[in-house]
Amino acid sequence: MPKYAVATVDEIPAGQRKVVEVAGRVVGIFNLEGEFFALRNTCPHQGGPLCSGRVTGFLHGQPGALVYSRQGEILRCPWHGWEFDIRTGQSWHNPARVRVRAYEVSVNEGPVEGPYKAESFEVEVRQQVVYVDIPGAPDMSEATGSG
Amino acid sequence: MAVSLTSPLQDRTGAEVVRTPIIDTDVHVYIQPDDLERHLSPFWRDQYLNFGKRTYDGMLFPRSMPMAARHDAWPPNGDIPGANLEFTQMQLLDEFDMDYAILTPLTGTGEVLNFDFGLAHAQAVNDYQIEDWCAHDSRLRASIIIPYEDGPLSAEEIHRLGNHPSMAQVFLVTRTRDPLGSRRYWPIYEAACEYDLPIAVHFGGVGGSGITGAGSPTYYIEDHAGMAQSFQSQVTSIVSQGLFEIFDNLKFVLIEGGFAWMIPLMWRLDRTWEKLHKELPRVKKPPSEYIREHMWISTQPIEEPLYPHQFNQMLDQLDMTDRLMFASDYPHWDFDNPMRAIPSTVADAARRRIMAENAAELYDLPI
Amino acid sequence: MIDCDIHNEVPHLEELYPYLPQHWVDYTEESSFEGPDANDYPEMVATTVHPDIRDDYFGDGRCNTAARVRLIQDRVLDPLEISVAVLNNAFRVPSIHSVDLAASMATAVNTWQQEQWLAADNRFRASIIVPSHNPVAAVQEIRRWQNTPGFVQVLLPVRSHVPYGVRNMDLLFEAIADSGLPAAINFGGAPGVPPTGVGWPQTYYEIHAGMAQVFQSQVMSMVYEGLFDRYPQLRIVLLEGGFTWAPSLMWRMNKEWKGLRHNVPWVKNWPADYIRTHFRWSLQPLDAPDDPDQMLEILDMMEADELLMFSTDFPHWQQKEIAPGVPDWMPEDLRRKVCFENPRAFYSLE
Repeated sequence: MPKYAVATVDEIPAGQRKVVEVAGRVVGIFNLEGEFFALRNTCPHQGGPLCSGRVTGFLHGQPGALVYSRQGEILRCPWHGWEFDIRTGQSWHNPARVRVRAYEVSVNEGPVEGPYKAESFEVEVRQQVVYVDIPGAPDMSEATGSG
Repeated sequence: MAVSLTSPLQDRTGAEVVRTPIIDTDVHVYIQPDDLERHLSPFWRDQYLNFGKRTYDGMLFPRSMPMAARHDAWPPNGDIPGANLEFTQMQLLDEFDMDYAILTPLTGTGEVLNFDFGLAHAQAVNDYQIEDWCAHDSRLRASIIIPYEDGPLSAEEIHRLGNHPSMAQVFLVTRTRDPLGSRRYWPIYEAACEYDLPIAVHFGGVGGSGITGAGSPTYYIEDHAGMAQSFQSQVTSIVSQGLFEIFDNLKFVLIEGGFAWMIPLMWRLDRTWEKLHKELPRVKKPPSEYIREHMWISTQPIEEPLYPHQFNQMLDQLDMTDRLMFASDYPHWDFDNPMRAIPSTVADAARRRIMAENAAELYDLPI
Repeated sequence: MIDCDIHNEVPHLEELYPYLPQHWVDYTEESSFEGPDANDYPEMVATTVHPDIRDDYFGDGRCNTAARVRLIQDRVLDPLEISVAVLNNAFRVPSIHSVDLAASMATAVNTWQQEQWLAADNRFRASIIVPSHNPVAAVQEIRRWQNTPGFVQVLLPVRSHVPYGVRNMDLLFEAIADSGLPAAINFGGAPGVPPTGVGWPQTYYEIHAGMAQVFQSQVMSMVYEGLFDRYPQLRIVLLEGGFTWAPSLMWRMNKEWKGLRHNVPWVKNWPADYIRTHFRWSLQPLDAPDDPDQMLEILDMMEADELLMFSTDFPHWQQKEIAPGVPDWMPEDLRRKVCFENPRAFYSLE
């Protein structure tokens, strides 16, 4: 599974994101309190640029007794407002069937050799770098179902 | 960064769809205060600056999105969504290679309480559409905005612009003070028919009473979803008051109400008419016949049935494939993507009719 | 066979006098009060009483409660072999603004139902009439009758002054939920607010046909505003509102929720799931398409198996027959559920 260097750690502070084009896909990289997550930038609903949406929390509870949790971990599509869990890519309303493609992310020392390559920026050796795993063949699994 | 759509020829299940011409029948333009002031006469500009645009108060629900807009629809220069021609061209017309777009200003003109200012406001918005938008892009057509609660004043504005080549229709919103079959609105229909212009009835507005037949609900989601019931009330009134027997070429375009509700509504109107037709002497045939003949419906917000095969069942039940017209509702948050909204299971001929041909015929636009 | 919607209207205001405190009888005689001013079932309108039975229904001098009981026995219960018939009464106490009078009128109607209807035929079941415009008074009336055998539900007119999901109405629904009885929302009412979201229509036709939209608004309010999250055991039957609109409403409510869920964050499942769990529909009016296959599609779309309950809607004019039976197009397996199993479960009948 090819790994792509997409950013230096310093580039995406906690609570921030970076949207990059990598291996023909547009992907959003999110930093949640030091953990990195990557989501495809295409909403499975109508194709909206998902990763430019609002990052918010999850509101639930009972009438008159609301609970606000997981602040900074919920991504709302900039078009129809569908809520996605940044950690998993699952939609809140239909997690089993409606999900945005999530990619494995790792952080390592900067690339030296091998299959690693950086498409969107210059990488210095020995910087802490964020890598995204992009499976070789195009995978359409995120595009199933509108719920 | 600018993001383009990665799979423009797939529907929302990933299946491939045929590319067709596209006419978008619901593209919102907004007028910013400086543009409004520029198009107002000195008297009304002074009135506007001293008293503002007074409309119904106490009737709005806090919305979920600023300007009810897509988050990515705010032009970078600080304009509000829908107020910047170049940005609308870039993000909508060019992005989707549209053939035409019908401008639908949601300026609250018909809700202005002072009808005289309502007329001045309508004139300003209409001149703004013609001069600042249509004159710069041949793909655009405009809607005649009117102070619809005053029939004669509205007719005055229709007569001013009825022959203007940019004007495609007369425009009002669904939450009127009285049902649209009422005589107070007849001068609007009379004038529109003189120029063979359809009457567009668009989602929205606050008309003086609650949005339900049982008072006001509590949340924006109810106001937003509840417009479908307002549309049904309007269709019921329009048909049962016999408008189509009085005004020969009267046509209505229902925009942004969805359309699945039209099916059970037609059944109920017909079954009830069979028993109560005595009360409606102007109605000569089953209400559904008038509806299928004289009403057009925009597709947005696109219906999302529980199972995909139900979409085609619904189209068959509706039996108005020659009346459905694609609309995106740009720049609003409930935008429908022209490439993905209509499921791939819809037959190519029907898709062409919905995406462009029906609108081309109605608005006389060559494609 | 269980009939969920037969109407037992009060023939004359005087029939209630024996059940009213004397001061209200005198007040009624001395004032111009002639009963609620609801005009949801005007007596002269064709739909109110089936044309084939108008003479018998209103008949000269025979128009009293006992005659009405006999008429229902002869024209509905016996010919259709109905074993349980749920009576719904459109005496609109919520339209009487004077709440003390409204409360006494409700008690009078309910006592009249107990003595004149439930006592007359053990196939009858009755609905508790309440001054629902004032939840405090309505709660008292529910508590008065909730354990009385024969009363199987609390009746609410679909037209109300605020939608039933709003929290101002919580006292009412808390009492209904506590009683273990379902609520029945039926066609009509006269709350003093327009019956549409666009003002007052001009004809009875529009009010009659348009009642379907008020039902839709009530379903939307009750689900979105969290009524069933506050009272999970609450069950509702929608009477005489039609059901063919259910699929389109479910789709729209699901769709809105996908994007605006955080606007009503207590709604935890698909709105259509709430609807299927908490709502039932009476069969008449069918509001049917010309093509029965399309009706079967609608049943499939709403997954109607457990949602529909048989009704004749007597004496209202819905079909050719005075008391219409099961429609021909209904599949055999659904027939048994609609006529028997669904209402038996809903009303916990033996």
